[in-house]
Amino acid sequence: MSDAGASALAVLPEVPRLPDRSISQLAFPHRERYHEMVAAFRDVGFETCADLCAVDYLTHPGRSLPDGVKAERFEVVVNLLSLSQRVRVRVRVQVPEGDPVVASLFDVYSGTEAMEREAFDMMGIIFAGHPDLTRILMPDDWEGHPLRKDYGVGRVPVQFKEAPGPR
Amino acid sequence: MSTSETSEGAQELFDRRTTGAGELRREVGAVLRLPEGNFVNPDDIDIERRDDDTMIINMGPQHPSTHGVLRLMLELDGETVLRTKPVIGYLHTGMEKTGEELTYVQGTTNVTRMDYLSPLTNELVFSMATEQLLGVELPPRAVWIRMLMAELQRVSSHLMWMATNGMDLGSTSMMIYGFREREMVLSFFEKTTGLRMNNNYIRPGGVAADLPDGWRDDIAIICDTVLARSFEYDELLTGQPIFRDRTEAVGNLSAEEALALSVTGPILRSTGVPWDLRRTMPYLDYDKLDFDVIVGTYGDNFDRYSVRLNEIRESIKMIRQIADGMPPGDYRVQDRKVTPPPRARIDESMEALIHHFKIFTEGFRVPEGEVYVAIESPRGELGCYMVSDGTSKPYRMHIRGPSFVNLQALPLLLRGGLMADAVAVISSVDPVMGEVDR
Repeated sequence: MSDAGASALAVLPEVPRLPDRSISQLAFPHRERYHEMVAAFRDVGFETCADLCAVDYLTHPGRSLPDGVKAERFEVVVNLLSLSQRVRVRVRVQVPEGDPVVASLFDVYSGTEAMEREAFDMMGIIFAGHPDLTRILMPDDWEGHPLRKDYGVGRVPVQFKEAPGPR
Repeated sequence: MSTSETSEGAQELFDRRTTGAGELRREVGAVLRLPEGNFVNPDDIDIERRDDDTMIINMGPQHPSTHGVLRLMLELDGETVLRTKPVIGYLHTGMEKTGEELTYVQGTTNVTRMDYLSPLTNELVFSMATEQLLGVELPPRAVWIRMLMAELQRVSSHLMWMATNGMDLGSTSMMIYGFREREMVLSFFEKTTGLRMNNNYIRPGGVAADLPDGWRDDIAIICDTVLARSFEYDELLTGQPIFRDRTEAVGNLSAEEALALSVTGPILRSTGVPWDLRRTMPYLDYDKLDFDVIVGTYGDNFDRYSVRLNEIRESIKMIRQIADGMPPGDYRVQDRKVTPPPRARIDESMEALIHHFKIFTEGFRVPEGEVYVAIESPRGELGCYMVSDGTSKPYRMHIRGPSFVNLQALPLLLRGGLMADAVAVISSVDPVMGEVDR
């Protein structure tokens, strides 16, 4: 295993993990430790955050999770990349439906700014500490978060400002 | 200014007095929170500035040089840009949601419309994610056809960029030449796939059809012509003093800033970071090809131009190697659960008819799991995070669009520059709004 693979194993070793074929780490921190873990990965050489997105597991609750991780409705998935060591790690954090708040990674990786806004817009995840958590793709006054599984396709008429009522 | 008076509400760029400190820092492009390296000192940013000389103006969304429906809110002090806020979403069509309603067979038709200047790379990343979940091994010819098409796509996409960048800088002849050369590549795509764009050619399990007769001759003509003409661009642009004045030392970006902002692709390479997924994390059979990763030094507009121009030449080098080494064999997996049977078999075999019917009505089932696949698109790391729940439709299909992420660098690139250079900088980021908004 490469250096970063080994040092990534040493990052918060008590956090549950699952083996994965294509990446060196698949970690499942509790949301209390999520920010700490991502910051620790950054410090061992994961220079950039390749991707951040959210998944709504409302209709597929039985996914495989390591022991000790309680399945919640939402998951925030972060893909980190180490350019120097050429490895990727993935961090999946469980976010409960009733209180969909996780810490923002903006102070660790500035590049997550737009991605977190997109996750907020599409899934309604609140990123605490984000500088400007507003809708990014949908109009400002849009109701609901379209990528949630209980947001039916074609459920609501298309809402636009200045539109003359329901069509 | 209250929210109700504006058309965009919270997405508006507000007066400094009503903007929070964190938001303001982002709008002026203070991005770095790195433990080491040079970083923007927050004290240098005059958050307390209460200057009535600044003016907030709106550029776009209907502006010829914003490359689609991109809208920029700019705070200007005379001609100098102080703050920038990109406002996006005008082209949002909910493709990730649509992707959850389509089977894996139909999915490529959907994703190909995201980055409409390089549709084949979108199909490629979607297909690769599906195949990783399926655990399907492709025949070598399918892999090499994919590489051939992906590199041709890179040539056509970079040519299109050269054309539009030339137009933004006032070199309209470059626009005509760029489109002329791109058309050659698109004609080959039409011959192979049936369509110039949105090809739906790369599909889970391989590609839709074998290469047409005489493809080697077409490829040779494309390679010779585009390579020869790329040296004409040198004369037209690279050595031209006006072009250099407009591009050199405009929109500088450092490697640390690029990494902090998750910027990838030619913009990252222009800052001197030799990061190209084809070389550093090889997929398909890129490790069997001989090519150079082009890097710049200063990360300015000129470096981004040079990186893309030289990548055209590298891609041509690769296309020639691919044409020489194209293996014989099947162009798709002969697994009837994944790819449809040949048309002729349907008339003879009941089983073939059933397979054909099942694939195009229900699709194939993909085992449970989640995967993140990333490839090097002409604009940077194009990723696909796919979650399967065991049915024939993706449970979640998230595309990490390189343009979407690269656009975050705009406030930093534009800060302190002139309004006239803003157009050149937007162009050098090469955003494709179809991918930004998805």
